[in-house]
Amino acid sequence: MLTVILILLPLLLSLIIIAIRREKAIRQFALAGSLIEFGVAVAAFIQYKTSCHCNLLFTADWLSTLGVSLKFGMDGISLLMVMLTTFLVPVIILASFRHSYHRPAAFYSLILLMEMALTGVFVSFDGLVFYIFWELALIPAYFICAVWGGNDRIRITFKFFIYTFTGSLFMLVALLYLYFKTPLPHSFDFQWLYAATLTPVEQTWIFGAFFLAFAIKIPIFPLHTWQPDTYSGAPAAGSMLLAGIMLKMGIYGMIRWMIPVCHEAVQQYASVAIILAITGIVYASVIAIRQSDMKRLVAYSSIAHVGLIAAGVFALTPNAMEGAVIQMVSHGINIVGLFIVIDIIEQRTGTRTIGSLGGIAVKAPRLAIVFMIILLGSIALPLTNGFIGEFLLLLGLFEYSMVFAAIAGLTIIFSAVYMLWMYQRTMLGKTNETTEKISDLSWSEMAVFVPLVIMIIWIGLFPGLFLDVALPDVMQVLNYIK
Amino acid sequence: MTEIIILIPLLPLLGFLILGIGFRTIPKKWTTLIGPGTILLSFILSLITFINTLSNHQIFIFSNQHISTSAHQHIYTSSHYLFPWIHIGPLDIPFAFLVDPLSCLMLLIVTGVGFIIHVYSVGYMKDDPGFNRFFAYMNLFVFSMLLLVLGANYPIMFIGWEGVGLCSYLLIGFWFKNQEFNNAAKKAFIMNRIGDLGFLLGMFLIFTTFNTLSFEQVFAQAKSMPMGDATILAITLLLFVGAVGKSAQIPLYTWLPDAMAGPTPVSALIHAATMVTAGVYMIARSNILYVLAPTTMAVIGITGLATALFAASIAIFQNDIKKILAYSTISQLGYMFVGLGVGAFTGAMFHLTTHAFFKALLFLGAGSVIHAMGGEQDIRNMGGLRNKLPKTWWTFLIGTIAIAGIPPLSGFFSKDEILLHLFGHSGPMWVIAVTGSLMTAFYMFRLLYLTFFRNFRGTDEQLHHLHESPPVMTTPLIVLAMLAAVGGLLNIPEIFGGGSWLSDFLAPVFADAAAIAVPPVLMSPATEWLLMGMTLAGVGVMVFLAWNRYVKQQPQLLPDSARRPFPVKLISKKYYIDELYDLIISKPVLRMSRFLHEVVELRLIDRMVNGVGNMVVWTGNTVRFIQTGNVGFYMFIMILGIILILFLNILI
Amino acid sequence: MITLTSIPIHYYLVFCSVLFSIGVVGVLIKRNALVILMSIELMINSINLLLAAFSAYNNDPAGQIFVFFIMVVAAAEVAIGLAIVVLIYRTTHSIDINVLNKLKW
Repeated sequence: MLTVILILLPLLLSLIIIAIRREKAIRQFALAGSLIEFGVAVAAFIQYKTSCHCNLLFTADWLSTLGVSLKFGMDGISLLMVMLTTFLVPVIILASFRHSYHRPAAFYSLILLMEMALTGVFVSFDGLVFYIFWELALIPAYFICAVWGGNDRIRITFKFFIYTFTGSLFMLVALLYLYFKTPLPHSFDFQWLYAATLTPVEQTWIFGAFFLAFAIKIPIFPLHTWQPDTYSGAPAAGSMLLAGIMLKMGIYGMIRWMIPVCHEAVQQYASVAIILAITGIVYASVIAIRQSDMKRLVAYSSIAHVGLIAAGVFALTPNAMEGAVIQMVSHGINIVGLFIVIDIIEQRTGTRTIGSLGGIAVKAPRLAIVFMIILLGSIALPLTNGFIGEFLLLLGLFEYSMVFAAIAGLTIIFSAVYMLWMYQRTMLGKTNETTEKISDLSWSEMAVFVPLVIMIIWIGLFPGLFLDVALPDVMQVLNYIK
Repeated sequence: MTEIIILIPLLPLLGFLILGIGFRTIPKKWTTLIGPGTILLSFILSLITFINTLSNHQIFIFSNQHISTSAHQHIYTSSHYLFPWIHIGPLDIPFAFLVDPLSCLMLLIVTGVGFIIHVYSVGYMKDDPGFNRFFAYMNLFVFSMLLLVLGANYPIMFIGWEGVGLCSYLLIGFWFKNQEFNNAAKKAFIMNRIGDLGFLLGMFLIFTTFNTLSFEQVFAQAKSMPMGDATILAITLLLFVGAVGKSAQIPLYTWLPDAMAGPTPVSALIHAATMVTAGVYMIARSNILYVLAPTTMAVIGITGLATALFAASIAIFQNDIKKILAYSTISQLGYMFVGLGVGAFTGAMFHLTTHAFFKALLFLGAGSVIHAMGGEQDIRNMGGLRNKLPKTWWTFLIGTIAIAGIPPLSGFFSKDEILLHLFGHSGPMWVIAVTGSLMTAFYMFRLLYLTFFRNFRGTDEQLHHLHESPPVMTTPLIVLAMLAAVGGLLNIPEIFGGGSWLSDFLAPVFADAAAIAVPPVLMSPATEWLLMGMTLAGVGVMVFLAWNRYVKQQPQLLPDSARRPFPVKLISKKYYIDELYDLIISKPVLRMSRFLHEVVELRLIDRMVNGVGNMVVWTGNTVRFIQTGNVGFYMFIMILGIILILFLNILI
Repeated sequence: MITLTSIPIHYYLVFCSVLFSIGVVGVLIKRNALVILMSIELMINSINLLLAAFSAYNNDPAGQIFVFFIMVVAAAEVAIGLAIVVLIYRTTHSIDINVLNKLKW
């Protein structure tokens, strides 16, 4: 039942919020609502850990003649993703308080709608319902970026929409084809989809279609060109939702059903996918070195980081898969933190061009400390969350191929290069006229960062809780390989 | 016992947290107490641990199945399991500490020298606005270093390994308003990271080979591996890459001289006494793996030797007091690696210990000089400081004698042990190493003479400002000077009637390696005396030459811009290595970045993506002209279509 | 007694095809909208006849019911079609379909 509440609550909130008039009330309502949602997720987590391993299933008939049912549930992997989503949304909402957006009701309503869609993707146990939520998530994302975005937002969001939507259609086609290959009576239920009998050729085609859909979302090189534009053009909250949570849908989809469904094709083409992902790591890292826009730099760094996650998924070893799951969580936390820092800098100085900043640490030491901690998480320093993920991913990749791991490992060098470069040019050095008047974080702004920082250290120090939750299900996914 | 072991790193961490969180509110008086205080407590606890290890030859087994201890092998070893860290099926990395003679020795050095330098910093950083921040970083550093030496498996060691790198970054760029310093800090971190990647890959290979990362289990399994095994070779080489980065060996050494941008106590603690010796510690820790890989040993020996000579030659022509000491550090680290390379693990650790004493002393002495000179670091502008800074002068003299290898001070014994081993290994290598040590004597005495002898060459203002440092700074100097003087007693060789105490103490750690490795060539006492005599005579000549050139005559000190003969210019420009790296690494990467972004990304990939979109638009634009709007034409097409369908129906 | 079925079926087929083709050609070559509408009627009626014929031959009343349907639809279509033609004439003062090419591209 908790699973259904997790989906319905944000939907309900997003509908109610439209009726509210005063901006302050809207904000408080959105924040309170998303916190309750997080509470529900925590409750689900506790229930999952303590009482049952029943996946918290909820089933109801929907289009029973087509074999579509409203089947929601959570295994360890989806539970972690739901936790990430519900944890980040309040943070994102709280971080948006500093802006007074026009039409706030619509803005916060869309964020909550997005939360609903994202949660829906992670808890769906039915292929068609998964697809519906998958596409639903695109709608609020589109409007958030297109209405509240920066310069050139219409062109950028249009490209983003068309690009990811094209990918999704491939998934739809593959899904329908798969549907007709399921045992009679046909059904979209995951278990049935897993049981579909496919010839090697069919597997290859379905793998290709799924890969395209997920790779665009993640994004994997060379399907990434929508991403830097979109991240830099979107409003802060939009970038956070996209980079922090939405791209995880792609990786989640790969783990959830691409691997089980077309396991033979996955094994056959794993090396191709890994090569693409690793190329992306090096490629995006090298490009990130010379970016002058902070957001763009983080966007490229994100391509590199998720490239490593994708490479780990295709390494198909328990270590790498666990690393991928934990790194999805870590990456979400870190990149949201980075975007908030950038947003604060941009709001106070009016620019996020690295060259025109400098010396912020002199004026805003608290901001500098927080930025440093998040940055350390992002460059995978041990005892931060990033290290656990990258260590496991690289280890798993190493088990697959030493050469791949060595090349992918370059990310730990490159990430230090571009991140420290950005930090040095923005936070360190002498102040200039742009940064002279910057004020330090207020306590309410600290409240945004405290949970992020706590999570960065917690996952870095005690990853056991998170690793253990996901482990049985990761092993189950890997059982399809063999 | 476990509680004590846990407290050793925990106290500095606590200090860091307190100082870090309250960096703007905690008054200086408290910081003075908290900063060095936590380290002092750690030092006391380390002493207790040390005494325990020394006295009880008994096993401490704490908790559970995660660490199995076979009784007789680990008589000096105790493992302390704290909590599981990363645990996925066969991959089990607990947060666990290992206390054995080797880590005990390191504990004492890190906390002992660390405490002395913390005390010194109270005086040195007195007027700095970042006082609290400084001690927070320093405490964090000590914490990381203690994790490094205490870790019971490679990943825990790696936590410390990267942690010290971070602290080094933070402290080099401590005065972060200066972008030059920040560049140096960044360079240090990135070069360390290059090494760290090697370390990481080495760890992975260890895991895939032995299915565990804990020291005890890896070494226990490694013992039965054949000599010269290819996997071990790869593991040791990869780990060595890590050591090269951390310990500033060729080719990853250029960050260390730049690292002198940090406050001088940082240079003393991090970039001389402790962090940079982490590579030596790591290899000494993994001694069994290394003795099984003779090729790696040779690589280490040659790298160390090359670095020792190379850095020493650069030091001769440097004029910045801290840079000279930095190159001397690189050079001394080279000696330690030479020692490791020829299997003289004890010798390397011994040299590490004495080096920690005298190099920390020299750096702190240099700090005292810089302090007195009001920030001046160029020895060409010093001179005659002997009378003005008597305590600094005496202690600096002791440090110089110690590093130059003149008996009976500590540096002589430790360097001699390495040299003797080296001679047993290879004659030509011994010659090169001795050449390096002669250079060491020369540049150190050049530094000493230029700084403390003849007339003052600075400005009047500086002369007026000259003063001996306060007791809070000179007391650490005196303590370190005593240590540097008597440190050699730790391991006096038998030839002097000593008991080789350190060798015995560390013997259990290296026992397995000693059993596998080729036994050292036994030399007659006559040969030993001869070698020592030759080295000493050379050193004496060098000291005299330096005296002749810089004290007896008016020293000829060229400004940086002066014309020099090419070989001298080459060396004084540090062989243009920085420029070379810039040319073959930094510039190409930047150019590549630009190329990938502007050409591949925007012109190729993105244009292809947009091309697909544009093609759709173009197709629409073209095909729409079929819509003439003429109804007759539409009907004609329609009927044509129907006829076509009918035909196709019939034909197919 | 001469019934519908006493004439061979291929007579109907040929006759209807000719009728239909006349309609098609009329639609194609005529430019007058009214004549085109009439040609369409011609085609419809040829099909109606064929439906009725087959219905009789196969003893299946469905075909004839279809004819009624088609007649109703055709009547509605003519009503709308003529209305459109009248409107076109009012705006363009012509019922030449070549004039009606505003809805292009």
